[in-house]
Amino acid sequence: MDSSYARPLKPSGEFLRQLRRLGDVAAPASILPTVLERVGLVDSYTALDTPIGPAFMAYNDHGVSALMRALSAADFERQFRRRFGRPLRQVPELPTRLRHMVQRLLSGARHAALHLDLRRMSEFERAVLLKALQIPRGEVRPYAWVAREIGSPKAVRAVGSALGKNPMPLLIPCHRVVRSDGQAGAYALGPEAKRAVLAAEGVDVEEMEELARSGTRYYGSDSTRVYCFPTCRHARRITARHRVPFSSVEAAAAAGYRPCLVCRPARAS
Amino acid sequence: MHDQKMSAALAADLDSSFEQVVLAYQHRLYAFALRLTGNPQDAEEITQDAFVRAYRALRTYPASRRHALALRPWLHQIALNVFRNRLRRRPLHLVPLDQGDEAGDLELEGDKEVQPDVALERAELNASLNALVAALPPRYRVAVVLRYVQGLGYREMAAVLKQPIGTIKANVHRGIHLLREVADAQEQITCSHAQLNARRRIR
Repeated sequence: MDSSYARPLKPSGEFLRQLRRLGDVAAPASILPTVLERVGLVDSYTALDTPIGPAFMAYNDHGVSALMRALSAADFERQFRRRFGRPLRQVPELPTRLRHMVQRLLSGARHAALHLDLRRMSEFERAVLLKALQIPRGEVRPYAWVAREIGSPKAVRAVGSALGKNPMPLLIPCHRVVRSDGQAGAYALGPEAKRAVLAAEGVDVEEMEELARSGTRYYGSDSTRVYCFPTCRHARRITARHRVPFSSVEAAAAAGYRPCLVCRPARAS
Repeated sequence: MHDQKMSAALAADLDSSFEQVVLAYQHRLYAFALRLTGNPQDAEEITQDAFVRAYRALRTYPASRRHALALRPWLHQIALNVFRNRLRRRPLHLVPLDQGDEAGDLELEGDKEVQPDVALERAELNASLNALVAALPPRYRVAVVLRYVQGLGYREMAAVLKQPIGTIKANVHRGIHLLREVADAQEQITCSHAQLNARRRIR
């Protein structure tokens, strides 16, 4: 027999009690909040200056979860809880990387790899919001365009209400979606705020509304025979001499024009 | 029993009941990770990673599977996997044997019933035993910690380790023997030290 088996086989009770006591430790208090934040069950938030005034922004491990105007931190917490039902904790400022990205986005950067937490939205609402995200700064598109682009051409009203639920206005530019008749239309923060934000992005809101009132929906270029939405960057560089207004897709097609491949006023056929 | 209730809550609404799971298991899992690594910082990271992984896995499980889940072995298994992955990444993580040098390292019990000197003695004992456990070869360390520190039964351990019960019993046994051998050897050294010191004082 091996010599080690000469010892008693059963370890002594005192030794086992000592081992057992190694299990009597308290986990550091930082574990719970860190875990909840990392899995997106609790959001951090802080005050943020935006072009529409002071607001509050919340985020978690999935990305930015909300940007809202509120009277106070307590007011924001109330709104957030009513909408998302998740606990919040206030932090003095955004993490550096996130802060830089949000600042760049709010000051007009076209691309920012900002993660967004849209878990609470339905698949349709997510599609609408992600589509709105593709509209470049300084340009607008009609509700019907969004509906067609996401493959539900009849759901124009549903697009409107999905945009109305945008949990992070400005970051997701729902203000760049306007009515087909050229009116700016509804906005979570009020129609005036919508016009102000568009104007700040370089859209001539008065001209846009005036143009629509006169019946013009598209601009074509008689040299390229391509027509665009009037705010499309390709429409804006057509000189007045070559600019042809159209009131409908059919009129443009009848005149032998094809839709722009960038702003896609109609599916290219 | 309590475990079953929690699984039922997880099946019903994961997001609102997950916090309860963290609250209920954070001390257990942290103790597990602490005794596997012997290092509080690693233990905290392992515990956090384990819960995050658990949550992400739970999200993908259908409600019926969440309901049938045996949380205790399952969470231990995840923590163990996190630990093993880290071990693989940093294979040579050496644990110093004398961790009791600084008083700050000692885990003093806050219990008022325990006399301070007794508490200190226990803390010293814990610290040296902690180092001894952390110095065991991983195979034995995991077995000993699961069985005697965490108090899992052999059947649960078989679920965690995916090993036959006979193998696990052998590893626990060998682990305890190794521990005792080293502990006894150390005790003799410290004793002779004490005697030496005592003799010096007399002179």
